Amino acid sequence: MTRGANNNGARQKALAAALLGRTQAWQEADRRAARLAHGRTDDTADATRLADDYRLLAHDLARARALMPASRTREYLESAYARVHATLHHGAWDVGSALRQLFLIDTPAAVRWLLPYLAWATLIFVLAAAAGFALVHRYPELIALFASPDMIANVESGKLWTQGLLNVVPSSILSVQILSKNIVVSLFAYCLGFLFGLGTLYILGLNGLMLGAIFAFVGAHGLAGELFRFIIAHGCVELSVLCLSGAAGAAIGEALIRPGAGGRLDSFRTAALRTGPVLIACALLLVGTGLIEGFISPDPRFSLPTRILIGVGYWLLMVAFLSGRLFAWHARRAAVAGA
Amino acid sequence: MSDPPPGVSIDSVTGIDVSLSVAGPGARSYAFIIDWHIRLILALAWFVLATLLYNGSFSLQPAYAPSWFVLALVPSTAIYLLYHPVLELAMRGRTPGKRSAGIRIVTRAGGPPGAGALLVRNVFRLIDSLPLMYGVGLTLMVLTRECLRCGDMAAGTLVVYERSAADTELLQNAARRVGKLDTVGAEIAADLLERWTSLMPAARIRLARQLLERYLGAEADLSDGDELEWRSRLERLARPE
Repeated sequence: MTRGANNNGARQKALAAALLGRTQAWQEADRRAARLAHGRTDDTADATRLADDYRLLAHDLARARALMPASRTREYLESAYARVHATLHHGAWDVGSALRQLFLIDTPAAVRWLLPYLAWATLIFVLAAAAGFALVHRYPELIALFASPDMIANVESGKLWTQGLLNVVPSSILSVQILSKNIVVSLFAYCLGFLFGLGTLYILGLNGLMLGAIFAFVGAHGLAGELFRFIIAHGCVELSVLCLSGAAGAAIGEALIRPGAGGRLDSFRTAALRTGPVLIACALLLVGTGLIEGFISPDPRFSLPTRILIGVGYWLLMVAFLSGRLFAWHARRAAVAGA
Repeated sequence: MSDPPPGVSIDSVTGIDVSLSVAGPGARSYAFIIDWHIRLILALAWFVLATLLYNGSFSLQPAYAPSWFVLALVPSTAIYLLYHPVLELAMRGRTPGKRSAGIRIVTRAGGPPGAGALLVRNVFRLIDSLPLMYGVGLTLMVLTRECLRCGDMAAGTLVVYERSAADTELLQNAARRVGKLDTVGAEIAADLLERWTSLMPAARIRLARQLLERYLGAEADLSDGDELEWRSRLERLARPE
């Protein structure tokens, strides 16, 4: 019995020693996987050898799991095997192609999927704006809920708070302040969909109410045209982006409220991954609106037709970008190159 | 022996499943703290250098001029805020902090996450960081079996441990030391001998004594001796038969 146990122990040690003797082969396999994963080699022999490495590592890992389950050797083999598996099944990683995939394919697909949500988010925003307008039109004192005392005093004295804005804050500073504020609002409108869509509804509703209320208030003092003149250049895209991020947040909320067969977590993950690219596009578009709002909107030298041209032009650019038409030539060129 | 860390298994064509060990809140917090220091230092360094150059004198008085704003404040804020998304994209789900903690981000299929998943994961930091000090994120990590924060749930990612290729040197040393020892003992002996000079003298003797006691039991020579004596006893133990 003791002799049998000793023999078994010796056999185990011999097998373990033989296994550990293959460390160099594992290291080579790991290096090859790293080279291929980073796209640093296009050698077909290397790629073919990786398939052999995969089998070698699988074999040795199975032995290590049996012979030395609590060892570093097993842990190392688990990691090396996972790396080779990922390289074989997911291909090389390239930041450029990942970003191209994101903006040329994922974003337009996500926007198409979000269209029904976008219609609902826009409707909620418009209804909230109409409600805000009606409220302040009927009860003007309610403007104190939406605007600061300084803003109200300015309008009551017959001028918009935006007049002379550039004398107080330089355009560059104004742009950065505005774009960062807008990006944060937009990201929150999306992320708060996590609260079963209620956070998104709150942000859309509040912004709609404020817009309607302020228009009613400035309209009552004969300044609605001035406000329109200020808003038109940046507002088209800014408000569209708010509705779009609200739509993405609503999709997240719906995924949590009505999960599919896979469960709530799975449904949330699917919705977030599907809508995420839209948010990145929204953040980029808001950089543009921030620059317009800082440099063009408060500058009295820009006439109304120029402002309308900029606002509508940027909005059309946004539509082309989000629908994938802006870079359609790139996709065609890639298809021709592939053929 | 303690329970193994929670893991995720992925089927593979070889029949041997890929097993990923999920990193817990400790390793992730350690990585975050390192990253936080790096991005803070980088952002501050940019801010200080740009302000000094802008002022043309040894003064950090903010200029509040548009060009100072664009040259100093905006880039330093961008370094601080975009550190994670940019580096995770460029380093395939790693950051310097994650690398030093030996962890990385992977998809549930074990591969590197795409750009969309990495960016969504970072967008949800807004929720995870609430109300302060990543309160929501840490609570979720503690409560979920796979240690997921909100961003991981949204992006379908996991943070897992990974053993680096640097470990292979230790494994080769261990291979030479499978004598009276089993594999785990050989690894520990190789590790101890490799780190011998970097350990405190008392720790060297204590660890060598524990290893000898464990593998030789009553046969172990545990009489007093200097650290050279203990090292030679350890080398005798780890010598191939």
